[in-house]
Amino acid sequence: MQNPQPVAIPKAQEQLKLKGHDQVALDRYRYLVLGAIIVFSSTGDVFLANGMKHIGAIPISNLPRLMAAVFNPWVGLGILFLLMFFAAYSTALSWADLTFVLPATSLSYVLVAIMGALVLHEHISVARWVGILLVSSGVGIVAGGPSITTKRRQEKPCP
Amino acid sequence: MNAQVFYTWTPIAIMIIASTTGDVLISKAMKQIGDLGELWKCFGFRGVAARMLKSGTLLAAICAMGIAFYMMLFALSHADVSLVVPAGASLTFVTNAIAARLFLHENVDHRRWAAAVLVGIGVVLISR
Repeated sequence: MQNPQPVAIPKAQEQLKLKGHDQVALDRYRYLVLGAIIVFSSTGDVFLANGMKHIGAIPISNLPRLMAAVFNPWVGLGILFLLMFFAAYSTALSWADLTFVLPATSLSYVLVAIMGALVLHEHISVARWVGILLVSSGVGIVAGGPSITTKRRQEKPCP
Repeated sequence: MNAQVFYTWTPIAIMIIASTTGDVLISKAMKQIGDLGELWKCFGFRGVAARMLKSGTLLAAICAMGIAFYMMLFALSHADVSLVVPAGASLTFVTNAIAARLFLHENVDHRRWAAAVLVGIGVVLISR
């Protein structure tokens, strides 16, 4: 028996990929943006927390000290990462729903826990593993669904 | 209510309200501005930056996120990161699902509700 059209499949896939920009499925570039959100937000939070540990407790009567906290190098580094997070986040929100992007990027909390275990040798308890499992399943559930409520308008060359 | 509880949970509550407002506004702004990938292809970095800077909604979103950011710094100076970030984030998932439905008219179906609640509970468990 002969296989009739062995070459047809890649071409069809290519077309699907091109069309995919307007479809539900996310292409590789979009997964990259979601991944960037996860990495930048978790790393930024860890830097911020480290900086605030160095500064210590600030009383409500000393608000100028809270404003000055941004000049701490760790806090500054945290802000730099949060700016990169903001760029990736606004990009994702330009083509996906808020209620899709938020759960889809919640793996950052898992990443923070794992970074704590690996870098700071924190103990991951059973409750924490269950939490990681719940967050991951939430991500899986939402990622399997549509990313945008309204279908995007027909593709125009340039608006 | 002692001072420690007050200084921890008041900033967290303001943080939740401010970050929900910020998320809703930025989502609204980015939908108005359009797909950044396509805009980039057409107008390049400058075109994208100009469109984003002109958006008043985006500016308001950045202000709200700034308030949320300072409230987080304030809370972090009084409590552990393992309490502040998960407590704030897990509740924000739920408030965002409600706000997105009310103000953005997003189709928050069972799938998304389930995800928001699962992630919220999961984040609390991770923080223990």
